[in-house]
Amino acid sequence: MAREILKRIGTAALTVFAVATLTFFLTRAVPGNPFLSEKNPPQAVLDALNEKYGLDQPLYVQYVKYLGNLLRGDLGVSVKLQKDYPVARIIGEMFPVSAAIGFFALLWAVLLGVPLGCLAAYRRGRGTDSALQVVCTLGVSLPSFVVASLLLFAFCGGIAGWKLFPTLFQAGDWRSYVLPCFSLGFYPMCYIARQSRASMLDALGQDYIKTARAKGLRTGRILFKHALRNALLPVLTYLGPQVAFTLCGGFVVETVFTIPGLGRYFVQSISSRDYPVILGTTLFLASFLVGMNLLVDLLYQAVDPRIRLGREAA
Amino acid sequence: MNRVRLPAGVLAGALVLGALAGCGGGEIGAGSSGGLDLRVCIASEPATLDPAKNSTLDGSILAQHLFEGLMRWENSGEAVEGARGLYRARLAPGQAQRYEKTVHDDGAVTYTFTLREGLRWSDGAPLTAGDFVYAWRRLADPATAADYCYLIDMVSGYEAVNSGAAEPAALGVSAPDDRTFVAELTYDCPYFLEICAFPATLPVREDVVEADPDGWTHDAATYLSNGPYRLAQWRHNSRIVLERNPSYYAAGGLGPETITFQLMDDAAAILSAYRSGDLDFIKSVPVDEIPALLANGDLSVVDQVGTYYVSYNTQRAPFDDWRVRKAFTLAMDSRYLVERVTQTGQIPANAFVPYGVPDADPEGEDFRTVGGGYWAAPDTPEQYAANVAEAQALLAQAGYPGGEGFPVVVYSYNNDPSHEAIAQALQQQWQSALGVTVTLESGDWSAFLADRKAGNYQIARNAWVADYSDPCCFLDLWRSGGGNNDAQYANPDYDALIDAAKAAADPAERMALLHRAEDLLIGEDWVLGPIYFYTQTYLLAPDLDGVFYTPLGNFFFGEAARI
Repeated sequence: MAREILKRIGTAALTVFAVATLTFFLTRAVPGNPFLSEKNPPQAVLDALNEKYGLDQPLYVQYVKYLGNLLRGDLGVSVKLQKDYPVARIIGEMFPVSAAIGFFALLWAVLLGVPLGCLAAYRRGRGTDSALQVVCTLGVSLPSFVVASLLLFAFCGGIAGWKLFPTLFQAGDWRSYVLPCFSLGFYPMCYIARQSRASMLDALGQDYIKTARAKGLRTGRILFKHALRNALLPVLTYLGPQVAFTLCGGFVVETVFTIPGLGRYFVQSISSRDYPVILGTTLFLASFLVGMNLLVDLLYQAVDPRIRLGREAA
Repeated sequence: MNRVRLPAGVLAGALVLGALAGCGGGEIGAGSSGGLDLRVCIASEPATLDPAKNSTLDGSILAQHLFEGLMRWENSGEAVEGARGLYRARLAPGQAQRYEKTVHDDGAVTYTFTLREGLRWSDGAPLTAGDFVYAWRRLADPATAADYCYLIDMVSGYEAVNSGAAEPAALGVSAPDDRTFVAELTYDCPYFLEICAFPATLPVREDVVEADPDGWTHDAATYLSNGPYRLAQWRHNSRIVLERNPSYYAAGGLGPETITFQLMDDAAAILSAYRSGDLDFIKSVPVDEIPALLANGDLSVVDQVGTYYVSYNTQRAPFDDWRVRKAFTLAMDSRYLVERVTQTGQIPANAFVPYGVPDADPEGEDFRTVGGGYWAAPDTPEQYAANVAEAQALLAQAGYPGGEGFPVVVYSYNNDPSHEAIAQALQQQWQSALGVTVTLESGDWSAFLADRKAGNYQIARNAWVADYSDPCCFLDLWRSGGGNNDAQYANPDYDALIDAAKAAADPAERMALLHRAEDLLIGEDWVLGPIYFYTQTYLLAPDLDGVFYTPLGNFFFGEAARI
């Protein structure tokens, strides 16, 4: 088991390395560069900038240097968006903001999505089920900028004399978190509810449930003790990468609610060709994603003892 | 672990929520006692707060609240007609109390500035003329890599310093004593005093900059300034809070207690924040909201010195023929574009240099009024029809009667709803007026810019907004081989006119040469297709007054007050 985990960690490290390499060369292949502007700085100034950030050297030298710095944990400094500010500090400042919103968004998505899914499965075909289906289909198909913009309009002063939440994000003020968390968690909630409903239905049809019923167990116990555990597997599979994506910030929600999070910054860095920031944020997200997948693999065992890492399934 | 512990997750959530609630409050600018806490939104996060390295208008607005140069923009008290709570700015001595200008026999000029008495930095330390010498040398030094270093190219020794041939100390600025700053200019530059108020020439503190050249702007503790306000807080991608600088010589006359610059980029979110009372002043609004905001008088429209135009690639067929370029220029219905597409009072252009740029006599008519137009702007449908008829004749002369045989051409622009709306209208106008086929191609800003600079296009969206009030700012762009010569225009006669204008000692002669350069650029070679002269828009809360501005795009909030 320990060996298997080590092997997995090795693969994860290799994946992150591959991401670093691909991102490095892809960002350089895109036309444009960080110092392009409508202004017309003299060549001496452009030369000085390229030299300062090492962009005057051949690409393979830059690549080797970048990997070397990476091994020492040095992500470099922003060359454009926040001139000379260390990328690690940028991530350090912005990730907690995104993570807090992402955490609460997923929390309510899971806490509400799973029980609603179970309920729908239990009341299959009845009014509750149909109503939930409508809400969930809506949630899965509505783009988040529509949800976010509608909420902003409806609750932040768009209707005269009706302003429940602030329009400007204030870190630490709970009212600033309500709408972003709702918008960010709406899609996962609906997705999770649908997912749980489907797998719960599947589980309820299994023989061991019939056995449990035959033994005369109470419905609640059958649902939550026996069926839910199996029904949770697909939800867990979905949650693994989703946690990484959500915690690293949603671009749309961060833009609409002006949240100083990582998601918005990630997109800005690409359009301004801020190479070190693109690389730093991509690597951060990639490592997080790989780590979450690893964690999900381990959690599978907790939920389903039949799954054993590195062993043939019994 | 053989059970999924959901309750543990809930507990953890509750803990984090508690922690978040605990750290609320105590935010700067969240409402200090009595005074005005102004909240504005100009743009998103500035790339830098280093005045020398800044190259954006929003960064420039911030710098001019935090610092003060030898000269400054002050409120003239002259209200702008039809605009809410807004006044015109005028140039006045700033940190300098007075200046003397000496013109030498060889055309060189010496400016001697005498600083005010008792000037101090925001940490209380005295400010001396040496601080200006340091800042100006730093600006010229190529190692600083300042985008705007060329703004002081009139100072003697600049070329040698900026090309790396001489040490920064060779720049023609000096401080004979703590209150005297001397600048030696190679010629009598008419806009030099305006440059003395430009952000790039603002003083910076040598000790903090040298201690951490790349990091001093990132921390409010080391961000020392000398202007009316000082940096209280910078929360990246969120807001920048300025507070009154008690060391400023006129701190008593300041309006707002604090000025918070909210860093936002979503126009709809910005407007929501303004409507809900969370912002007092905003600049950008969603395009589709403009008619309603104009109708109810909320949106104010004021001049800006800038031109929106298309540039033709003069080195590639079919736009290597001036008749084709002129035909395309005449076929644009700029009146339709400003009335139906942009909708904010822009002026249809019939030349390149916009209104608001002074001519030889600063008090007299401006450059545009003196120069007149190069064709009749399509103010009426009849005029547009006449322009189209002329355009069709030109295209026929060029060998494409009725657009026959004309290749499919591509119009390039950068992704943006407003540029796209203009692109679609232009496409339709060109196609129906000239019988040609135009396709549209949009790209992201950086890729678009790279292609446009390299001449890798046929027709491209373009725009230029003045940095200082001089026609040279617009005409210098089109010299052969210039870095911003997107049209790839190369005409030795044009280069000679610009060179002669730059060397001219007599202001009248200089302006005459610049008019001739524009005649050549637009009137004869039709290198560019000007569409409209810019305006800028803003919304100011109805209970506020006392904001002042320059048509160069600077807004000043230091005297704003509640009515």
